[in-house]
Amino acid sequence: MCLAIPAKIVELLAAEESSAVVELAGVRRQIDTGLLGDDPPRIGDWVLIHVGFAMSKISAEQALDQLQALTVLGEHEAALEEIRGYEFNQSTSGNERGQT
Amino acid sequence: MKFVDEFRDPAVIGHAVSEIRRLAGPSLADRGRHYRFMEVCGGHTHAIYRFGIKDLLPPNIELVHGPGCPVCVLPMGRIDDGLSLAKDSNFIFTAFGDMMRVPGACGSPLQHRARGMDIRVVYSPSDALKIAERNPGKEVIFFAIGFETTAPSTALILMRAKAKNIFNFSVFCNHVTIIPAIRAILDSPDMRIDAFIGPGHVSTVIGCRPYEWVAKKENKPIVVSGFEPADILQSIVMLLQQLRGHEAKVENQYKRAVPWEGNRSALKAMAEVFEIRPYFEWRGMGFISQSALRIRESYAAWDAERRFQVPGVRVTDPKAAQCGEVLKGVLKPPQCKLFGRECTPEQPVGALMVSSEGSCAAYYNYDHRRSEALTNIGAPA
Repeated sequence: MCLAIPAKIVELLAAEESSAVVELAGVRRQIDTGLLGDDPPRIGDWVLIHVGFAMSKISAEQALDQLQALTVLGEHEAALEEIRGYEFNQSTSGNERGQT
Repeated sequence: MKFVDEFRDPAVIGHAVSEIRRLAGPSLADRGRHYRFMEVCGGHTHAIYRFGIKDLLPPNIELVHGPGCPVCVLPMGRIDDGLSLAKDSNFIFTAFGDMMRVPGACGSPLQHRARGMDIRVVYSPSDALKIAERNPGKEVIFFAIGFETTAPSTALILMRAKAKNIFNFSVFCNHVTIIPAIRAILDSPDMRIDAFIGPGHVSTVIGCRPYEWVAKKENKPIVVSGFEPADILQSIVMLLQQLRGHEAKVENQYKRAVPWEGNRSALKAMAEVFEIRPYFEWRGMGFISQSALRIRESYAAWDAERRFQVPGVRVTDPKAAQCGEVLKGVLKPPQCKLFGRECTPEQPVGALMVSSEGSCAAYYNYDHRRSEALTNIGAPA
């Protein structure tokens, strides 16, 4: 429930309010960056994601630590499943690009 | 697939364990002292069982599992209340996957789906709002659960729904807050806790400051901790150091994710949308005052409890199930009469057996199965 997943920002979506695309282990999904408020993310930043929302920015080194923690916990599959599960990624799935 | 190949440094673990043994070993002043540490968060409970951390600790350190599993503390009646809305064919009921197998008195969301109701798993509240946008003729309910880790996301989605004038979306709000739960445990006469392993991801939102009263007023050390075995062991070292030094303060072991001040934007979103309920029922712990969030009047149009007739079901837990005692840490999971017999992860009676963060499920999946396997190995063929 309180799973937090580190992922890297690879695209910022100007068309939609506070949206970005993250990548984790080859999986790309749209996330919401609205909770980062005054400190919006840039491409290349690492963020911790919970239920589709970026909760905090972390350093690349910290992200690696977090990924290790998930792997050690055996929750890397659950993390990938969750990221794959985010469906509001319409704008990143090719032919549906631009739809909201 | 693994994100990284090398994941755990046995030297780090070994060092922490020997430090724990040294610090917890008898000194002249506190010969034979027994330490009871509560891990507040269900994620820690899961990690502790998964890695057999208990087995690494000396026998005079006892880990007590806390109430930080949102699925586990939700009273059964709330599930029935939420599902009562799904009976209308015009409604789509959405919830996180964790909720799907949690039994209400009239069955779980999954069982309701099997009866033909439109019940959908979402991984994010954003997806619930999207479903509403795509189904303008339907009423979409998001069954919101979670502590402060999850509540800001629900808040932001409600702000979006309001800004975009999406009126066929509403939230059945069950968000709870961690501080009153810790207070209830400290106030409980049958509890004796020496120190706390503080929740990690809740603290990314609330920061470390809200725990200061635990240290200052209650004189109990608390260390906000990460979830890796090395994190948890290091947090135990930090707690022991405080106790041995007769100190009580808030420390942050999980600095890589938790800023001391928390996440201001997330707290702002929560304050915009939610207010504190005067009281809320917690499974097994009874009514705790000011322990949960409800949707403010200004968002009443998106509050499922105000918009629709909700029966307000109160269900007492099955008598034989001792979820409450386990939730408060008074009983260990296998001490419940139903554990592993009537109540298993496949056929759960109580929510503690459903969620991966519930102590019964964690104990069953790791400890219980392992000791069964060991027994089988030992038994004659």
